Amino acid sequence: MNLETELCGIRLANPTVLASGILGVSRSLLSEVIRNGAGAVTIKSISFEPREGHKNPTVVAFEGGMMNAVGYSNPGAAAAKDEFAGLKKLGAPVFASVIGQAPEDFVKVVKTLAGLDFAAIEIPLSCLHTPGFGTLAGQDTPEKTHEIVKAVVKATKLPVFVKLSPITKNLGEVARAAEKAGASAITAVNTMGPGMVINIDAKTPVMGFRIGGVSGPALKPVAVRCVYDVYESVKIPIIGTGGVTTGKDAIEMMMAGAKVVGIGSAVHYRGIDVFRKVCSEMSEWLKANGYSCLDEIRGAAHG
Amino acid sequence: MAELPEMVKIIKIVNENPYVKTFFLDKKIDAKPGQFVMAWLPGIDEKPFSLSYAGNETAITVEEKGAFTKAMFKLKEGDRIGIRGPYGNGFTLKTNACVVAGGCGIAPLAPLIERLKNPFVIQGARSKDRIIFERRFASAKISTDDGSAGAKGFVTEVLERALAKTKFSIVYACGPEIMMTKVFEICERHGIECEASLERYMKCGFGVCGQCEADGLRVCKDGPVFSSENLRKIKDFGSFARLKTGKKVAINEYANWRCQ
Repeated sequence: MNLETELCGIRLANPTVLASGILGVSRSLLSEVIRNGAGAVTIKSISFEPREGHKNPTVVAFEGGMMNAVGYSNPGAAAAKDEFAGLKKLGAPVFASVIGQAPEDFVKVVKTLAGLDFAAIEIPLSCLHTPGFGTLAGQDTPEKTHEIVKAVVKATKLPVFVKLSPITKNLGEVARAAEKAGASAITAVNTMGPGMVINIDAKTPVMGFRIGGVSGPALKPVAVRCVYDVYESVKIPIIGTGGVTTGKDAIEMMMAGAKVVGIGSAVHYRGIDVFRKVCSEMSEWLKANGYSCLDEIRGAAHG
Repeated sequence: MAELPEMVKIIKIVNENPYVKTFFLDKKIDAKPGQFVMAWLPGIDEKPFSLSYAGNETAITVEEKGAFTKAMFKLKEGDRIGIRGPYGNGFTLKTNACVVAGGCGIAPLAPLIERLKNPFVIQGARSKDRIIFERRFASAKISTDDGSAGAKGFVTEVLERALAKTKFSIVYACGPEIMMTKVFEICERHGIECEASLERYMKCGFGVCGQCEADGLRVCKDGPVFSSENLRKIKDFGSFARLKTGKKVAINEYANWRCQ
């Protein structure tokens, strides 16, 4: 089955995309993910200044999902420029993930990374657990989203993806604000919550930051609903992300309206080769059900 | 597939030397030699430690260095710490083996030595008062930087002398990375298989965050033990490691940061 997909003019060998925050710290690890079947990969988010992030535990798994509060640790834009040189050789598109507080911060990072071979820029306006960023800084309102997206779109020729939060009220409205400001795609969604896991023997929250974003299977039905809502609200394509672990999950996400699917936590559940596994399971399901291409199922749940 | 710390009682604390303690834990962990656990001090931090006893007894051996280990050293028998794991791959068991340990590097090698058949053990330390498990491995060939115990000099010199007499089938190594790169070079020169246990700053411990990566391999998941085949490929080995920000720096800068 041919799973080749075009996303905002970018050719992907298949519709699986490594979600930001999982494994994307280095060029060589991205290369490893591509070798394991990812159609495209997203780097771990980069801010202008280096950040150490939160104290450990920063990533745990509980029954039913994963929780993280990494706190945007990253080496900063200047170091990222060295780390992600020569991306063309990796053989699949690489998306930058750029974070900031004010719109100018995003622009500074985008300009520092200009000249590298990124295929698109994703801006997550939806982190739940890093003071100054995402939902904790109100970046998920239609107004803020519009303001930041507009500044980033102006600063680059690359397609701009906007990653939204499942906890945002009027998600469709925020997606429309992003589209209106020039975004090329919506990544739906970031982690949900924030949640908390308490160790009852220690009588203490487990996460170093006490709270964290929930991903994995627990997030999936929420993510599917968000993708469904966003699909009704905008014309630009959707990168459906949240709990996709199997080929059937990917099909479900596409029926909700996703053009491609983001995969992150599933690396824990099924290994680094989850991308290849999801693709072969999608192909099998399509074949068994008499479909000849993915376009026949995309948005199918909308009737 | 939950990966959460479980509070485990410390049943015994042994002072190995003035700088190192072994914490025995009230939990049987089915682990291979070379595997590690994440140890959590609630409200403080969580760090990876190789199991220094694995099997009937479970223990981690800790050198007092930074804020976390200083907090560990204040713990008493009966106190509890959080443990999750075991993680990582562990050593493969082979015969006709030589084991080379530098400083705290003896910790992950200790349960291996106990499972190997008559291994030739070389243990190095800066000085006599820093030797760990002196009685546990009484037949180990000791070397110290200052000559206060055993031969004066480095473990690599002892290894070279041993190789002149015996052709080992495998050399297992753990210690400062500079030492491990030298041991690996010697093995390559002699055409002997090598397995080395690497150390990198870790976050998740189970292969998803990428923080501990070395040239595309995850030290927590694909390692921490790497065979010669992988050591040849890992260009970071002996050269680079990542700070908490993820910034790649020279291995010496990394080592200095880890001591803070």
